[in-house]
Amino acid sequence: MSAQRLVEQFETLEKQDHAARLAMWMFLGSETLLFGALFASYGYYRGMYPSGFVQALHHNSVALGTTNTVVLITSSFTVALGVHFIRENKARLAAGLLALSTAFGAVFLVVKGFEYAHHIHENALPAGMYSFVDQPPAGVVLGYTLYWFMTALHGLHVIAGMIMLAVVAVLCWKGRYGTHRYVAVENVGLYWHLVDVVWIFLWPLFYLTD
Amino acid sequence: MSQATIDADAKPESLGVGADHPDYLRADSGLRSWLLTKDHKRIALMFYVGVILFLGLGGVFALVLRTELLTPEQTFIDANTYNQMFTLHGITMVWLFMIPAIPTVFGNFVLPIMLGAKDLAFPRINLASFYVYVLSAIILLGAMLAGGADTGWTFYVPYSTTSPTAVTWMGIGIFVNGISSIMTSVNFIVTTHTMRAKGMSWHRMPLFVWASYATSIIILFATPVLGMSLVLIALDHALGLTLFNPRYGGDPVLFQHLFWFYSHPAVYIMILPAFGVISEVVCSFSHNKPASYRAIAYSSLGIAFIGFFTWGHHMFVAGLSEFDAGVFGALSMFVGIFSAIKVFTWVATLRGGSISFATPMLYFLWFLFLFVFGGMTGVAVATQSLDVHWHDTYFVVAHFHFIMVGGTLTSFLAGAHYWFPKMFGRLYDERVGLLTSVAVFIGFVFTFLPQFLLGNGGMPRRYFTYPERYQWLNVLSTGGAWLLGAGLILALGNLLVALKWGKRAGPNPWGSRSFEWITASPPSKHNFEETPEIERSAYEYTLSEEVARERAKAR
Repeated sequence: MSAQRLVEQFETLEKQDHAARLAMWMFLGSETLLFGALFASYGYYRGMYPSGFVQALHHNSVALGTTNTVVLITSSFTVALGVHFIRENKARLAAGLLALSTAFGAVFLVVKGFEYAHHIHENALPAGMYSFVDQPPAGVVLGYTLYWFMTALHGLHVIAGMIMLAVVAVLCWKGRYGTHRYVAVENVGLYWHLVDVVWIFLWPLFYLTD
Repeated sequence: MSQATIDADAKPESLGVGADHPDYLRADSGLRSWLLTKDHKRIALMFYVGVILFLGLGGVFALVLRTELLTPEQTFIDANTYNQMFTLHGITMVWLFMIPAIPTVFGNFVLPIMLGAKDLAFPRINLASFYVYVLSAIILLGAMLAGGADTGWTFYVPYSTTSPTAVTWMGIGIFVNGISSIMTSVNFIVTTHTMRAKGMSWHRMPLFVWASYATSIIILFATPVLGMSLVLIALDHALGLTLFNPRYGGDPVLFQHLFWFYSHPAVYIMILPAFGVISEVVCSFSHNKPASYRAIAYSSLGIAFIGFFTWGHHMFVAGLSEFDAGVFGALSMFVGIFSAIKVFTWVATLRGGSISFATPMLYFLWFLFLFVFGGMTGVAVATQSLDVHWHDTYFVVAHFHFIMVGGTLTSFLAGAHYWFPKMFGRLYDERVGLLTSVAVFIGFVFTFLPQFLLGNGGMPRRYFTYPERYQWLNVLSTGGAWLLGAGLILALGNLLVALKWGKRAGPNPWGSRSFEWITASPPSKHNFEETPEIERSAYEYTLSEEVARERAKAR
């Protein structure tokens, strides 16, 4: 079984799995810089408009943001458990945990959706959605815009992570992964942890510092 | 077949390793076997076709520009078309030719062979990278037909967000192009870490691998920032979702910071692979080990690192404080130090070598002259007080073309000739190769040397007309551009002719000790049937077979 999945350019399975893990870490490093551009813009504009940002952040509910933080941290915990159990060859249990993590991702998105609906209702919108008369002060709009960009980009990553989690959950259930083969599950887990870590930075920046 | 042993003096098979298997060009046949190939060599050839096509397209845009500038007033295109032409020239040359050119063609082809590997770590990602590149090219070409762009390749706000041209799709195309770059660079980094053959320590790797590795690191960490900036531009242009519009308190200069945070390292993405090619060429054709292997290898990493902290030198007139500009200027000059280390090491490598003047070696000499000239003017424009005078003039245009065209394009041509026998198993005509190389050099110097004088004399870049006193220099420059274009077409013709009618090449026509030359020309589908054992570095021209073997036994 293991000999079959060794591709021809590698000599050993250990090297092949090491390569897959290393590639994921490289990709995550690259992802960090994708968000890095927006974090840098946040720092720059918050320094320019401290009070405008505070005013913009007042629209965010600390309770909802913190709920989502708890949801994501719990999902990371269930993903870690899933990776642990697939290494121990408990494929069905792992599949269940990964499916549960996917569900937590969905909960996160639903809560986020309610928040977005609330913002639209309160007219807390990104730049480009205002006419000259109803436009809030300069720094406030930038705060809203960065909030929408950064949480929406994070939301896209949540969706991508959920798709990957669901796929490996199904494949675990079907017995494709186990003690003999689990690097793909680990990599999806790593990706999900990155999604989580990004949120850990977004949470204080957009909910706790008004 | 016995275990392959890498040593130039040992000739277990005079046709090279893998010569008893069908070569990669003939191993499978049919269009499908090409389009769905996972062989790094075939993917390299497909990229080759792509980047040559876009070099041609970008070249046509350049010739239109130069021809328009033949006379002080309108010559044959109007001002809007002129704006489109210099923008499309920049976009095509930067993202569709220069950034992918050397890594995806020569890197893809020789990097795994140099490491003694059968393929890259992720062949499917490699193939996907090619198709993502094609997709980005289609999007960009579509955007060119659907309105083009007239913002310059830098997409500065606020103009780029209000320009009536197809800026949104240009941004999306470049974003997709970045995905392709990142895929290739992840592949190279992982391959270098995990797939070195037994005995291939980091300090035995050919220098081209070091350069590709450093390039990949820059691509990995700089490209996402550019991708994000251009997505912001696209959103702004399409939907008005802006971070840079002063109406909402946004700062247009922030875009310049984000843009140059990528695009200055991108300059090193373009030139570091060229350094790698040059290191291989100078060692192979002087049959000598590099004067200092570590100096060349580590200075690439030094440039990769320092390149992330120099972006401000593009913004000396954008309201940067004098102190910041001074810091950015000083940091930029570190790049000059690392580059000088390389230049001196290459020159010192010639000493005591047995030099043969084939076409790639001639390109090395052109490279040396043009790169030193371009580099010195780079140190000059990194000086704040001088740059205020030269900013946005033809001086800057001449400076970066000396580095980009004089550096990257000449090394691309050096690599195209140097690895031609390995890639296609044929020899090109050396006399025609030397002559075209001279034509390229003379054409180049005539194109860009006058532009230094024009810029210093005050002619701004991106202008469609100019006062009559600049005309004679512009005429020289235009003449040079046509000669450069002719030289490139002849060089391409020489290689195309050699594809069919060239003499058959042995496995190692240049007498190089680098590892790709122990395989057959062209290599077999799997490069090595068994992973070779490496007993020496890639440049040990004086080590005999016996000593190398003894070394292996002792280990």
